[in-house]
Amino acid sequence: MQSRKISQIGVLTALAMVLSYVESLFPAFIAVPGIKIGLANIAVIFALYRLGFREALGISVVRVVLSSLLFGSVLSLSYSIAGALISLVVMYLLKRIRLFGIVAVSVAGGVSHNLGQIGMACLILQTGAIVYYVPVLILSGVASGVVIGLVSSTVLSRLGEEDADE
Amino acid sequence: MKSDKKTRLRDIILIASLAVLGLVLLVVMRPSSESGSTAVVQVDGVVIARYPLSEDGIHVLNGGLNTIEIKDGKVRMMEAHCPNHECVHQGWISRGHQSIVCLPNKLVVTIEGDNSVVDFTL
Repeated sequence: MQSRKISQIGVLTALAMVLSYVESLFPAFIAVPGIKIGLANIAVIFALYRLGFREALGISVVRVVLSSLLFGSVLSLSYSIAGALISLVVMYLLKRIRLFGIVAVSVAGGVSHNLGQIGMACLILQTGAIVYYVPVLILSGVASGVVIGLVSSTVLSRLGEEDADE
Repeated sequence: MKSDKKTRLRDIILIASLAVLGLVLLVVMRPSSESGSTAVVQVDGVVIARYPLSEDGIHVLNGGLNTIEIKDGKVRMMEAHCPNHECVHQGWISRGHQSIVCLPNKLVVTIEGDNSVVDFTL
């Protein structure tokens, strides 16, 4: 059972890396930086529901560190990790209170991810000038969260199995 | 997957309220309709330069890392030495509350109006 879990974590981490890479291939076609679909979050949500919080945390952190080193920079690491951690904690708590479904969990994760990133960007830039991005980032977090949530929910039900009990 | 009706309803309420929050903030924090008069350049939170938007010109900043162009009362990032050039893709800005951010170089260009720096009210 243990080795099965380890291999699942490995596969999901690899999948998250591939999804990050696929997403990095899209050019910056939107005028506001930081707007992303967050494809890798499918793997993280899957892990959160199927394996548990610690496993999802591991996958998320490894994914962010590796993809920042490969496709980004050390600086992008700092705000990516802020977004990833806040988003995962919010999704975990929201899942845990058992009131919401996957799509709402994913939306909350998307919005908190974007807010975490802009918060970190404010700290790095030492300026409040970019708080004006917050409304756009909330809306884009909602939009991408719905898409990722629907995909994750489909994937989870197709690969029907027990939920992680945490 | 448990997806009973109550869960679905709560999902929709949560998602809708976040969307409404976003839209309300979008209206409250929208760029002011009047054009700004000055482009303010900050690096690491420190103002390093101010340029009146009335004077066209090209300014090399930040030790050559960033170049801004001012033309017809608007400003844009013309060139930048950074990985993604997201600041360059943002194009022209001219109104209060708008900004161009070059995160890798820690540079922010904002527009100031005639009245004040912070002039939005909640």
